[in-house]
Amino acid sequence: MSDSPLTATRAPSSGFSLFYYASPQTFFPLAGKLLWPTWIIAIALTIAGLYTGFFIAPTDATQGDSYRIIFIHVPAAWMSMVVYLVMAFWCAVGLIFNTRLSFMMSSALAPTGAMWAFIALWTGALWGKPTWGTYWVWDARLTSELILFFLYCGYMALQAAIDDPRRADRAGALIAIVGAINVPIIYFSVKWWNTLHQGASVSLTQSPSMASTMLTGMLLMALAAWAYTIGVALVRVRAIMIERERNTDWVRQLGNAAQAGDSKA
Amino acid sequence: MLSLFVSVVRRDLLLAWRRRSDVLTALGFFLLVTSLFPLGVGPEPEQLSHIAAGVMWVAALLATLLSVSRLFESDEADGTLEQMLLSVEPLPVIVLGKVCAYWLLTGLPLVVIAPLIGLQFNLSADETLIVCATLLVGTPSLSLLGAVGASLTLGLRGGGALIALLVLPLYVPVLIFGAGALDAWRAGLGIQSHLALLSAVLLVALAVCPLASATALRIAQD
Repeated sequence: MSDSPLTATRAPSSGFSLFYYASPQTFFPLAGKLLWPTWIIAIALTIAGLYTGFFIAPTDATQGDSYRIIFIHVPAAWMSMVVYLVMAFWCAVGLIFNTRLSFMMSSALAPTGAMWAFIALWTGALWGKPTWGTYWVWDARLTSELILFFLYCGYMALQAAIDDPRRADRAGALIAIVGAINVPIIYFSVKWWNTLHQGASVSLTQSPSMASTMLTGMLLMALAAWAYTIGVALVRVRAIMIERERNTDWVRQLGNAAQAGDSKA
Repeated sequence: MLSLFVSVVRRDLLLAWRRRSDVLTALGFFLLVTSLFPLGVGPEPEQLSHIAAGVMWVAALLATLLSVSRLFESDEADGTLEQMLLSVEPLPVIVLGKVCAYWLLTGLPLVVIAPLIGLQFNLSADETLIVCATLLVGTPSLSLLGAVGASLTLGLRGGGALIALLVLPLYVPVLIFGAGALDAWRAGLGIQSHLALLSAVLLVALAVCPLASATALRIAQD
């Protein structure tokens, strides 16, 4: 392991510090404590959001019931973009402050972000068939969502191809940041490309006045997606922390404690 | 700094001159790929002139992708790269020099050969000139972005496919503005906006890519 023994064994200082939870040793128990509340919030919000969306929200005047996929589609599309920005943020923090945990956070978020992008594309295709009559159009938003999906894939593929975790972290961070700079450029280029070609024949924006229950359902689902993302990222980052730090003292103590708990029970 | 830049460019050009076949591979690939399209989509002149700009641009992307993975390879193999990293000279300038030489060897020939392909695809003289102009402004951006991918994937297994996955999404704006210029001109809109946007992309790439590529090389050789 390339970790310096200093950071691995130093006892956490008692004073408040911005970097107090930047060490895996201190963050691991915190992540464990946050896990259950996050899951409960995610499940509760999902149930509330789906109930609002499928049973309370009125049927759309022009699209019938097919519009109801919006309650999954729009939160997924939002999350796919937000997660990429959060990922790039953690990568930048990692490169600037040289904190290992930031890179772990970033690689824990990537699969979930890719999943949201995929869900947004998939549900978009399913929604497009009844409303536009086709599964796919080269609309600006669809195209940039597809490219965002490829950016996630590139980040994960690069990390997977490098064996040394330190190099994998930093190389992945660089491509994530370059990608984040590119995302707005790609979005506007695709938008101009499309308007030059065929004009705004297809627009994703719904009727201007959206029923308030529709909006409520969508917001509930968006918050549920946030909670789910946080929860699943915490699970994944805990696994990454244990895997990467398996040779350090605190993980060994963790293992001993778990064994002791097992023998007691 | 300028003398450093010039000497890096001269060195890479000289090395390429000693191994000329390497340079011609990308050019041959470009010619071959564009010649395959009429065989695939049919020889109707109107259809060909309609798709010409897009085909030439996609072929240029692929030709760049094919050759850019070798940008730092020989330097890494013979230890030159290590010396470059250790030297007191600024690494981004060295990278910029290498990319410049690389573009002169693979990007510029594409621009020069493009009129020939324009003939094959039934383009008029004006249209050919437009495609050449966009390629002239656009291909340096391709080389610069490709250099970032090349330095990130240096010495990795499956580097070729990986660099495609990393770099191709970043090429999208260049492709759109490059290939779109001809359509805009045909629609009577003029090509100034497209050329201006391509130049803007080039300027951003000039500012960011050498730094990013130098950082990636340091990460790779850590």
